[in-house]
Amino acid sequence: MNIYVLVKRTFDTEEKIVVSGGKIQEDGAEFIINPYDEYAIEEAITVRDAHGGEVTVITIGNDEAEKQLRTALAMGADKAVLINTEDDVEEMDQFTSAYILAEYLKDKKADLILAGNVAIDGGSGQVGPRVADLLGINYVTTITSLSIEGEKVSIIRDIEGDAEELETSLPLLVTAQQGLNEPRYPSLPGIMKAKKKPLEELELDDLDIEEDDVEAKTETIEIYLPPKKAAGRILEGDLSNQVTELVSLLRNEAKVI
Amino acid sequence: MAKKVLVLGETREGALRNVSFEAIAAAKKISGGGEVVGVLIGDAVADFGAELVAYGADRVVTVEHPHLKSYTSDGYGQAFMAVVEQESPEGLVFGHTSVGKDLAPKIASKLQAGLISDVTDIEGEGDDAVFIRPIFSGKAFEKVKLKDGIDFITVRANNIAPLERQERSGDVSSLSVDITNLRTIIKNVVRKSTEGVDLSEAKVIVAGGRGVKSTEGFEPLQELANLLGGAVGASRGACDADYCDYSLQIGQTGKVVTPDLYIAAGISGAIQHMAGMSNSKVIVAINKDPEANIFKVADYGIVGDLFEVIPMLTEEFKKVM
Repeated sequence: MNIYVLVKRTFDTEEKIVVSGGKIQEDGAEFIINPYDEYAIEEAITVRDAHGGEVTVITIGNDEAEKQLRTALAMGADKAVLINTEDDVEEMDQFTSAYILAEYLKDKKADLILAGNVAIDGGSGQVGPRVADLLGINYVTTITSLSIEGEKVSIIRDIEGDAEELETSLPLLVTAQQGLNEPRYPSLPGIMKAKKKPLEELELDDLDIEEDDVEAKTETIEIYLPPKKAAGRILEGDLSNQVTELVSLLRNEAKVI
Repeated sequence: MAKKVLVLGETREGALRNVSFEAIAAAKKISGGGEVVGVLIGDAVADFGAELVAYGADRVVTVEHPHLKSYTSDGYGQAFMAVVEQESPEGLVFGHTSVGKDLAPKIASKLQAGLISDVTDIEGEGDDAVFIRPIFSGKAFEKVKLKDGIDFITVRANNIAPLERQERSGDVSSLSVDITNLRTIIKNVVRKSTEGVDLSEAKVIVAGGRGVKSTEGFEPLQELANLLGGAVGASRGACDADYCDYSLQIGQTGKVVTPDLYIAAGISGAIQHMAGMSNSKVIVAINKDPEANIFKVADYGIVGDLFEVIPMLTEEFKKVM
């Protein structure tokens, strides 16, 4: 089975966000594989181990993303592709990313493409379905269970807390929701092997993409932090009085009940 | 320029969802005095048309077909694109719901359009409309606009106020679309959400963390949530410990919520959790540890054992409500 995983390098969830000069400061920040993409990688490895084939992880970014690709290889992916856009693209949006990924994937005859259902930075959740649409294949988002028998694919997906059971077929793109699996940590032998696994680096030229083809459709005008909250009130006194006071505050001061 | 804006109306358990009324209010702003057209897709949805009009749609187009009983991206995609072809809209607004999140990128791709997802506020109107959305799960915000072409957004529930309901009249017309070649077959939906109140749309959330200690430990939280017409949520700690389903998880991984009232019980307040709830209107923290981080974002805090405080709180609310 020919399996591809779309991966994004994101800020570590522990990071505080600092804005200066209208941009998010990246200096000194720790980066990770987008947590939802980790579920996608884990699932891809599991599917490959059960059905045979090869797992290729793909990302768009700059040289720094090599680290996240090596981590994916250390988890057990077979090959990695970095589409380096640093010199070609100033502003990217979901249209840009999906276009580039689809151009790369269009002649790869992928049976299964996996991605996270959302990236924890931009949080739009658009790229997976857009790529599937550009490739003309079916997609299922926010999956929590995947089983494949021949061409038949049985899936459970999370729809706002409820579980939807469905059937579809390959080729297919799915996006991973939390609960799909428990991503493995790279083992030491895995990390050693990953250093020797193939990591291909491409630029837009290699994909015959013109910069104009991928011009973002949206424009970010401003980035800012939410207003700091004033310190709250810790209630004091006898516990039952605190509870009475809290109910009164919620009704009369905050007026939310 | 006045624009024609289509709004996808969604139903849940036999009624239109609030987020659809909020989407109409957003569409009004984008239209800048133009026309707002509701779109209803399903196997029997025409009866909901009048309600969309009452909340501000100028008219409604329905697409009904037996294959549209359950949502599939193929079925709804074909139906919605047929409406787009008939109407040639200049704007599109969906709720940032399970359906909206799944369908909007497909439609945007077909239209080769930009799409601004998960919008929580709109500044300006018509051509000057600028959209505000959270990034990094609410650790920061961005203002975004579409460069050109169609204005396409999804709106997060509970953020944009719906217009007041009015008795108005508007045309409800049906469009006949041949729905073919569905690649997904829906077999079954297992209800796991509690008491019918959806976490992302809930006005009140009672959330538990590791301090809840067990599955049974969530029962007093559920009781309080039921009384307040709210939903129960959880921190990653509680989900990882298997006290509850991951669908309840609130945080940077998990759901981002903005209810009117968020009651955090036994939640220490990891930065990832705070990203998912710190933009709630009012936050109450209940924790044994007076040093817990959660008190830093709380409007009101009680230092104490949640198993004492939550039942007392339930009793107190019962007295006054």
